Amino acid sequence: METLFFVIISLVAIISAILVITCKNPINSALSLIMTFFCLATYYVMLDAPFMAAIQVMVYAGAIMVLIVFTIMLLNIRVNATQKHSHKVLLGSILGIFILINTVVLLFKSQVSNPVGGLTGDLIKNLGHSELIGREMFTTFLLPFEITSILLLVAIIGSVILAKKKI
Amino acid sequence: MFDNVWLIPLFPLIGFLINGFFGKKIKNEAVIGGIGTLMIFMSFIVSCGILMQMIGLPPEQRVFEKVLFPWIHCGNFKADMAFLVDPLSAVMIMVVTGVGSLIHLYSIGYMHGEEGFYRFFAYLNLFCMAMLLLVLGNNMLVMFIGWEGVGLCSYLLIGYYFHKKSAGDAGKKAFVMNRVGDFGFLLGMFTLYWWFGSNHNIWTINFTEIKAASHLLPYGGVVTVATLCFFVGATGKSAQIPLFTWLPDAMEGPTPVSALIHAATMVTAGVYMIGRMSFVFIKSPDTMMVVAVVGAATAIFAATIGTAQNDIKRVLAYSTVSQLGFMFLAMGVGAFWAGIFHLMTHAFFKACMFLGSGSVIHSMHHALHHGHLHDDAQDMRNMGGLRKVMPITFITFFVSTLAIAGIFPFSGFFSKDEILWKAFSNPYHGNLNIILWGTGAIAACFTAFYMFRLVFMTFFGECRINPKVKSHLHESPLVITIPLMVLGALATVGGFIGMPKVMGALPNYLEHWLDPVFELANEFGTKYAHEGGHHSHALEWGLMGLSIAIAVVGIMIALTMYVKNTGAPARFTATFPALHRAVYNKWYIDELYDFLFVNPCKAFGQFLWKGFDVVVVDGIVNGVANVVMGFSGIFRYMQSGYIYNYAFSMVLGVVVILGYYIFK
Amino acid sequence: MENLNGYLIVSAILFAIGTIGVLTRKNAIVIFMCIELMLNAVNLTFISLSRHLGHLDGQIFVIFIMTVAAAEAAVGLALMIAFYNNKESIDVEDVNLMKW
Repeated sequence: METLFFVIISLVAIISAILVITCKNPINSALSLIMTFFCLATYYVMLDAPFMAAIQVMVYAGAIMVLIVFTIMLLNIRVNATQKHSHKVLLGSILGIFILINTVVLLFKSQVSNPVGGLTGDLIKNLGHSELIGREMFTTFLLPFEITSILLLVAIIGSVILAKKKI
Repeated sequence: MFDNVWLIPLFPLIGFLINGFFGKKIKNEAVIGGIGTLMIFMSFIVSCGILMQMIGLPPEQRVFEKVLFPWIHCGNFKADMAFLVDPLSAVMIMVVTGVGSLIHLYSIGYMHGEEGFYRFFAYLNLFCMAMLLLVLGNNMLVMFIGWEGVGLCSYLLIGYYFHKKSAGDAGKKAFVMNRVGDFGFLLGMFTLYWWFGSNHNIWTINFTEIKAASHLLPYGGVVTVATLCFFVGATGKSAQIPLFTWLPDAMEGPTPVSALIHAATMVTAGVYMIGRMSFVFIKSPDTMMVVAVVGAATAIFAATIGTAQNDIKRVLAYSTVSQLGFMFLAMGVGAFWAGIFHLMTHAFFKACMFLGSGSVIHSMHHALHHGHLHDDAQDMRNMGGLRKVMPITFITFFVSTLAIAGIFPFSGFFSKDEILWKAFSNPYHGNLNIILWGTGAIAACFTAFYMFRLVFMTFFGECRINPKVKSHLHESPLVITIPLMVLGALATVGGFIGMPKVMGALPNYLEHWLDPVFELANEFGTKYAHEGGHHSHALEWGLMGLSIAIAVVGIMIALTMYVKNTGAPARFTATFPALHRAVYNKWYIDELYDFLFVNPCKAFGQFLWKGFDVVVVDGIVNGVANVVMGFSGIFRYMQSGYIYNYAFSMVLGVVVILGYYIFK
Repeated sequence: MENLNGYLIVSAILFAIGTIGVLTRKNAIVIFMCIELMLNAVNLTFISLSRHLGHLDGQIFVIFIMTVAAAEAAVGLALMIAFYNNKESIDVEDVNLMKW
């Protein structure tokens, strides 16, 4: 049952990913990408990481994709049917397929090690995923977490300046 | 006083530094000229002190070496910045600083109002410094610094009016010819150093040490090679055949420069150098003969050219070349002291004549300038009858002319007669003596002729200057005439310090004075001197009379041709047109050199430029550039400038590297 | 965890598709979206391996990646707006100032 579900989700994710790179209209690509993100969120739930699924939906499918769609609409790019929307399709595809071959071969040639941490499905069910993440985030990874806030600040200021001025 | 010898070159150096660095700011001509003159005059005072002290010492103690500081000590090689004071250098520093002071003083008047007045005095001081270094150096390297320094200053001062192309060309010519000579000097130095070092382990370029070791030198052989190299250096610096053509062109410089550098001091450096190394030169009979023959040939050769020139300074220039030939003749026949004697008297009378001609040119120039005329102020054909308007210049010039012509009792008589007598009676050259003497005597006759031609054309007869400006001719100011008077007086009486023994009125001071220097050379000379060098006094008296008679003949010819019968020169020219043309054009020596050396060099240079440089060198350089450009033309397609292509390359790289690690 | 390879293969496929998109598309915004796709493929790898190894560090890492992606989206989209203001286009073939 779970395997069937996994296969269906995978098919949806891959097809919508292919649609991302084949649709002429960027709006369509963006909508397909949102579909992919939802599939990924589904995976996260299946992987006992409900918190990650939640922020996947909120941050990616919500915030980032809204931003992208907003930009597309702001710029109001018309899709010109006579103009080609992609180039070097053959070379790019070959390279992409090579990357796929590389990774798959790596996957089958290598051996995944046994579990090292104490994280089990029971523990997550008992304590809750958010609490585990929060505990980790605010103890071991406190400093990087704080630094990301500075990164975000920089990004905000940078994007404001870039979008505001005529460069 | 001997200890202070370093002050002598130092003063002019200070003058050079002050005028050279601050002269442009000082602007005041009196201050600049005053500094320049004062500095060289202080050197003169120190030189006088040294001379006085030296006179007070017995002859064997008259050599003194002052090591200022160790300069180059490297392995066996040792050269100090050191000065050698002996009777010979004492004579030279007296001449250089004495005549130099007078010429500096004169220049204040002569150069008045010239652009770059400070530059002139700076160079003049630098020249004096270099010249004093040359005569005082106690080793060949210090001497060589001076040797090069005077060459440089000569170049700078000949090219003083650098905006004139002819002046620049003359400067370059002088410099290049001097370089040829300097090359010889260096080779001679190396030869001596190498020979002494490799054969006797005496690694030295010090004159005193070479003198002490000179008995080791063989007669002829390596000494001939070394001395001939030195002699090439001397011909370059002292304008002897074959390197004499620069000196007449050097007259492009201001007249005081001609007087100081190209008459009194620098050009005598070659004579001095031979005197300084007399004990080496005498060891090679062949070199002595070459020196004598070249000297005599130059004397007669330049004298003939002098007879047909119309530019007053050019006549004097050829006269200088001719007189230098006499000095070399004296050196070549082993009469070293007579050469130095003639050097000294020549410095007096020739400096006086040059300064006198400068005074004439100055006056002519002013007059012509006043009338806005563009006639040549140096052409004797524009002069004439100047004795009335410029009496002092005339008298001093006339006295000097008598001296150079060799009329008793003016200074030139004694020195020139001594040279001719030695040429006749020396024990070294055998049957060649009579030819040397005859050449010298004929040259003396020519000398008398062309010098009096100059005097007659300039100071006697009708004034041929444009009548409009005749009234503007005037005698020069005191600052110009005082040096003339002093030099005129010296030219008159200067000869008495070297009176021949047969006259007996005075002892021969100069010969005794220089004896310690040339003693060794004379001793070496006796080794191959042939017997029969003893001539009767009657013969000496006779030759003396003959040389005066020859001079008088020359004067008489000049008198006939240029005063009494003024049509004669034109008739003479008409009768022998080819001869006149040849002499007027300096026997086509410049043309010959152009043909033999300059044009082949130019052609070779042209070939190197157009054939080698443009085709081969540029071909290689441009070829490499073209190859690089071709390759980069191919490779630049990698750098398309589109970002997606770079992304493409990056991914390709990732794939390849990952693939390598995965599939290896 | 029995299905690890499945997740990893899906992740690899998504990554390759993202790469192809980046290399072949002309529209800068679509390229940008493909980069997001590649980042998400990596995220999936991280989380599945984290679950397999029983260790939370991978998931923390994903949170940082998301932060960076958010910052990148802000700056990148601002850049695109700026570029569009200049060139009236967001076609990468028009980004040619480096072209000789």
